[in-house]
Amino acid sequence: MKKTLSILLAALLAAVLLAVPVCAYTEVETTDYDYTRFKDANITLNVYNWGEYISDGSDDTLDINKAFEELTGITVKYSTFDTNESLYAKLKSGGADYDIIIPSDYMIGKMINEGMLEKLDYTNIPNYSMIGEAYKGLDYDATSEYSVPYTWGVVGIVYNTTMVDETVDSWDMLWNSKYAGEILMFNNSRDAFAIASKKLNMSLNPTSTEDIAMAAKELKTQRDVVQAYVMDEIFDKMGGGEAALAPYYAGDAITMISDNPDLAFAIPKEGTNYFVDAMCIPKGSVNKEAAEMYINFMCETEVALANTEYIGYSTPQTEAQKLLPEELKNSPIMYPSEDVLAKTETFNVLPDELNAAMDKAWSDIKTYEKNGNSYLFIVVLLAIIAAVIFMTWRKAVKKKRDQY
Amino acid sequence: MKKRPLSVFKKIYLALIFSFMYVPIAVMIVFSFNESKSRTVFTGFTLNWYKNLFQNDMILQSLALSLVIAVLSSVAATILGTAAAVGIFSMKRRPRSAILNLSYIPVINPEIITGVSLMLLFVVFKNATTMKVFGFPTLLIAHITFNVPYIIFSIMPKLRQMDVRMYEAALDLGCNPKQAFFKVILPEIMPGIVSGFLIAITYSIDDFIISYFTSGTEQTLPIAIYSMTRKKVSPEINALSTIMFIVILTVLMIVNAKDSYDEKKNRVRK
Repeated sequence: MKKTLSILLAALLAAVLLAVPVCAYTEVETTDYDYTRFKDANITLNVYNWGEYISDGSDDTLDINKAFEELTGITVKYSTFDTNESLYAKLKSGGADYDIIIPSDYMIGKMINEGMLEKLDYTNIPNYSMIGEAYKGLDYDATSEYSVPYTWGVVGIVYNTTMVDETVDSWDMLWNSKYAGEILMFNNSRDAFAIASKKLNMSLNPTSTEDIAMAAKELKTQRDVVQAYVMDEIFDKMGGGEAALAPYYAGDAITMISDNPDLAFAIPKEGTNYFVDAMCIPKGSVNKEAAEMYINFMCETEVALANTEYIGYSTPQTEAQKLLPEELKNSPIMYPSEDVLAKTETFNVLPDELNAAMDKAWSDIKTYEKNGNSYLFIVVLLAIIAAVIFMTWRKAVKKKRDQY
Repeated sequence: MKKRPLSVFKKIYLALIFSFMYVPIAVMIVFSFNESKSRTVFTGFTLNWYKNLFQNDMILQSLALSLVIAVLSSVAATILGTAAAVGIFSMKRRPRSAILNLSYIPVINPEIITGVSLMLLFVVFKNATTMKVFGFPTLLIAHITFNVPYIIFSIMPKLRQMDVRMYEAALDLGCNPKQAFFKVILPEIMPGIVSGFLIAITYSIDDFIISYFTSGTEQTLPIAIYSMTRKKVSPEINALSTIMFIVILTVLMIVNAKDSYDEKKNRVRK
């Protein structure tokens, strides 16, 4: 009986394996650019990007890496990271050699300051001209020497229209005690402090520890109404109607709204954070020219279009913007008006002491009320020591007894 | 003695324990057939995630890497570990317990320490030789490193159970030491080697922390899954886990079926 069952299972498995059609398309119309010059050079490019942040051929989309490989003969080794900080740690430790990385604005600024990035040769990236002027020369790379924007977006409030009956137009909503227990908040210090600062009408780049202390105080008062500090759990919580209000990135808000039409997105009037993820080449890349070719390829209109449609984040490539479907092109979420954008700010690199102050304030906020946490360690340690002593003592007693 | 049927309490207890272990897996399997990406609401049945899975190069490549690393590192660790175990076993009492304790340390050491220290070692090596070592070689070395102790500790008990006089007898009867090892000792400790090998494969596929620090630009399956967590974890992962679960279940069933079949045959012969 067991045997027949296992044979059946094995057959089922084999059937699943065989019944797989391959149907992603990989052909791309390109601009006039010599993509084939490394055809026989046997080059491998190591690309490090956010998880789920490129059109990968699922659901009949364009498989960008495969298209690039077929076009150029260069092998792409693609891997993914989950936070800017883990990318930084990996590069800083010297534990990896990447050719292309796609961090966010403030991390690019930090890496430029620390001399971790290579200057780009823009003659190898002619498609850079198709990147909108509004996305160039931002604070993190003021001279536009190190990076080519990949995606951008703003932070706003996602809310459930069936649960919230006021108009959401201010960060104050996230402090509203009427919705206590139904508010979600960012689980990362930089985004959380940015919201608190904006609520206080301050810049989201604190200039002193007093600024941080004020924002921290605000966040502490918010704790009572917050249901949970989350990142990607937001998709499920908002999608399933478990929470009413949550701040999140515009591109992901689009995804949430298409899953649950009750949701809406608002950009608060106090202004918000405007973020850019951009492609860079870290120092130590041995195939710099091929890496620039890859960056150029990512700026091809068809590629940028496939990416923005797949990821949901806004694209800085102006030609691709024009080709978007009407409802996306005119969407105030993805492409907010000039007035809204005028009030936004990008994250700058913070000096080390402010970063440390922010981290400390953040952990204070999150452990606040839970006093005695620091004693826990000592208690556990003492318990372990006691257990070891007790066990050795018992063993000794037993040994003595056995001798008789 | 008559077998009594399980009391109600015992049955409930058993059900609780098993549901504790298997409900998460059941949920995962159910949601691999979910039509939408939601992890909370079941909206409809679909096999799309399985289809997508086999088109997702990133997941498949990382799965292939995980499997290759697991098999290679386990084979290497098994050879090293078997030799080490036999060597340690024939030592004198004091050095033996000292070496055994030394090999215990990597097992009880937090993985993160092993990971970071291996990475630092590789960085030093990389800076000294200016070779691009990070990637497959470092990953393989790291996995062999943490697998060896598990092999040693699964072989040691088998060696202790073995009668040393069998080896001496083999020598008396004309074997040279090499023959005696392969014909007498190895078959005796084989169950230990096999179980050690299986443990090593499991740990290797499972490992996240050490791989994270030593993988360079490579990406094993756990790392690929982890880096998906910023956006939503795609149900393709549920589909993949379901397939892995069923494969392992199948293997287990085949092994069990074979065992009980052999047992029956033996009994008949007697």
